[in-house]
Amino acid sequence: MQVEWPLWEIFIRSQHGLAHKHVGSLHAADAEMAIKNARDVYTRRNEGVSIWVVASADVSASAPGEKEPLFEPANSKVYRHPTFFPMPDEVKHI
Amino acid sequence: MTSDALLFDYLLRLADSDLILAQHLGEWIGHGPVLEEDIALTNVGLDLLGQARLWFGYAGEVEARFASRGRSEDELAFLRDASAYRNLLLAEQPNGNYAQTIARQFYFDVWHQLLLAQLAHSRDARVAEIAAKGWKEVRYHVERSAAWVIRLGDGTGESHAKIQSAIDDLWMYTGEMFEADATERTLIAEGIACDAPALAAAWHEQVGAVLEQATLITPALAWMQSGGRRGVHTEHLGHLLAEMQSLQRAYPGVRW
Repeated sequence: MQVEWPLWEIFIRSQHGLAHKHVGSLHAADAEMAIKNARDVYTRRNEGVSIWVVASADVSASAPGEKEPLFEPANSKVYRHPTFFPMPDEVKHI
Repeated sequence: MTSDALLFDYLLRLADSDLILAQHLGEWIGHGPVLEEDIALTNVGLDLLGQARLWFGYAGEVEARFASRGRSEDELAFLRDASAYRNLLLAEQPNGNYAQTIARQFYFDVWHQLLLAQLAHSRDARVAEIAAKGWKEVRYHVERSAAWVIRLGDGTGESHAKIQSAIDDLWMYTGEMFEADATERTLIAEGIACDAPALAAAWHEQVGAVLEQATLITPALAWMQSGGRRGVHTEHLGHLLAEMQSLQRAYPGVRW
């Protein structure tokens, strides 16, 4: 018999117009309980307007060992950052 | 008794059930079956404690209208003897196992939601205001405790047996929720108090529906225990008060 409840990843949308953000994880027997637990663990201080829960087992993640082939080639390509364009002083918030 | 004295007594009934149940829920801190449940259940306790504070605050103001002075929240909460408490007997029943805590909470939550919904229309504006604020919290409490009753009832053989026995054992403390003595009848007539006897039908309907979904048997109507409203309590209240009041008794008026 499984002793521990499965793990769930919790995403909270903090206000209208912003995307759901990963806030942490918790244990629950099923999705319904995970939403209730997330409400109590992560939204006590009025943090959220919407909760998503995803079974941690359903998350596919990149392997830590693949860090180099995945990300290192981008390190030497600073020209991919849009920092080479002179911006007029009048343009704000860029 | 003046109507202010009646109102004061009624406010203590509302405050004391919240306070005593909150204290019991607080006993679960650090002892919950899982971390998430530990946080969730004690959140409910904190909601109830917050509501108790609002009722006590108003009770102190009302007391000042007919007595030489009105007592503070702390005095009312911590410096009365057991016979001066007006809480429901249900609220003071011990935590027991988790099924007993959930059954007690479920019976109380369904009643509490119906009660506050009515009190939100009280002719006393302060009562209406406090009730409306609490009702929003209690709506969630009911959802949570009902979900747990269903989960345990429709769970394993062991969880089913435990929640059924808790539902049966606490049943005799539910009748008191629908009683109205002379104090309440006067306040009901004035449009201030909730007509508690009128809540019985809706309570039985809601509780019955959840128990059925939980594959549990609703206890048959039977002899009901009462006395909390008159200060006649079960032996459990004294033990709870001894712990809850120890700080104020040892250091009267202490603040932090």
